[in-house]
Amino acid sequence: MEPKLRIEGASKIYATKSGAVHALEDFSLDVHEGELVCILGPSGCGKTTLLWALSGLHALSSGRILLDGTPVVGPRPKEIGMIFQDANLLPWRNLRQNIEFPFEIKKRPVDGQRIDSLLGETGLRDFVGSMPRELSGGMQQRASIVRALAQNPGVLLMDEPFGALDAFTRDEMNLLLMRLWSESGQTIVFVTHNISEAIFLADRVVVMTPRPGRLARVYEIDLPRPRTVEMMFESGFIELVQDMKRVVETGGRDLLEVE
Amino acid sequence: MSELRDEIPSFEKRTTADHGPIDWTGLTSIRGARSTMEVGSIIALFALVFFGLELILRWTNTPTYVFPKPIAVVRTLANEFTAVYAHHLWVTMYEFLAGYAIGSAVGLLLAALITQKPFAEKVIAPYVLIMVTTPMIAFVPFLRLKMGFGSWPLIIAVALAAGPMVMINSATGFRRTDLAKIALARSYGASTFQIFRKIRFPLALPMIIVGFMVGSIFGLLTAVGGEMVAASESGGLGERLVYYSSLARMDEFGAVILIIAALGVSIYVLFYFVGKRWASWEA
Repeated sequence: MEPKLRIEGASKIYATKSGAVHALEDFSLDVHEGELVCILGPSGCGKTTLLWALSGLHALSSGRILLDGTPVVGPRPKEIGMIFQDANLLPWRNLRQNIEFPFEIKKRPVDGQRIDSLLGETGLRDFVGSMPRELSGGMQQRASIVRALAQNPGVLLMDEPFGALDAFTRDEMNLLLMRLWSESGQTIVFVTHNISEAIFLADRVVVMTPRPGRLARVYEIDLPRPRTVEMMFESGFIELVQDMKRVVETGGRDLLEVE
Repeated sequence: MSELRDEIPSFEKRTTADHGPIDWTGLTSIRGARSTMEVGSIIALFALVFFGLELILRWTNTPTYVFPKPIAVVRTLANEFTAVYAHHLWVTMYEFLAGYAIGSAVGLLLAALITQKPFAEKVIAPYVLIMVTTPMIAFVPFLRLKMGFGSWPLIIAVALAAGPMVMINSATGFRRTDLAKIALARSYGASTFQIFRKIRFPLALPMIIVGFMVGSIFGLLTAVGGEMVAASESGGLGERLVYYSSLARMDEFGAVILIIAALGVSIYVLFYFVGKRWASWEA
């Protein structure tokens, strides 16, 4: 079966004042249709670079990315939805206007029915008139998920979306994400530096080494779905966390958090 | 691709500093009165100042040519507004509005254009600075000599005073870039124009409004001041100030001052509501 996303020998070198920085080196990976893959690595391992290259917002130095067999050379708004590190809402628009923003850019009629059902599922229906700064971080990120999902993209790229949230809100958001995903079945690439979050969400966890970012190891996660927060306290889960932590550590500095 | 220059925006330092220094407190500090207690106090203080001044002036037998009495000023204003002052108010308003419209439109347009090219900005900056710091009233007599006794010399002076103010503030607004928001728009396939209209412009809007407000103050100042120096044949509020003070007709002089003050306050209130509607997201 042809993979949904294919990454072939992706490398990225940034030119900085202190010389060239290898952010990403010879990274290859296939992601299958409907799969949830977590890219796990310490800060500065090039995982965000990889995701921005997948989205077509940045170019690679070498290597290529194929989406449905065609190379990604620029943004692909019909197929890819991106969720950013903080919610990245536009502060001068209320929640509904933020969610309708992609429709305006694409000059498409607003799919009010789809937005309403997503608002209901995320518990935001009563807040559509609120401005972003009036909402908590978790609510802002839920709104940004609604904004992305309202476009019904086949691929969802998530760049440490819950990194700034507290542990309780993060668990809640992970459960919400999995519920939405089980209904709509997108292909998701989820970047995180949190080991338990990665295991909890993923079909596969891809562990990266610190700079230059290389693929260290791929783990198949066979925890049954639907997953529950209690699974995070089972011995198998904890052993896996420790194992992944070791893999990252042998790659160099340890910047991962274990919760 | 060039729009982002391969920079991944930092999400860690979410400071207001990278949005430029903006303080709306100046514009929003006057809030609507809330309770009857507050309204009562405001009216009481006003009455105290107004009638207190009247009483002191009567008590001390101060002649009108030294200081006009408030009641007489208000009576003069009410009796002669339509006959005399409405005409001069209109003359000043016309010069101000025409000059302000031209100046601010050109200033805003130039700001949007030059901020696209840092090189152009560096070359033009010194001239803008000179225009901001030089009082444009100084040019009114010169323009009079060249252009005669119509409204144009004052319209041009107002435009020259307001335009650069609108321009420097708007340019500060347009220089603010939020890479994450631009990336968001680009990920949905936004064109350069869409990024300008939906991201850069709204991001700049609070600073643009500040520019329009400062520009309007400078514009009104220049319109009235210009009339005091060299008015058109139709007169104007500034011309009346010079005329009445030269004849020591202080009741009329006071009435004109009241009109100018009301004009200034109206502009302030207008921008207060504009700022509240379009820029409150940043407060």
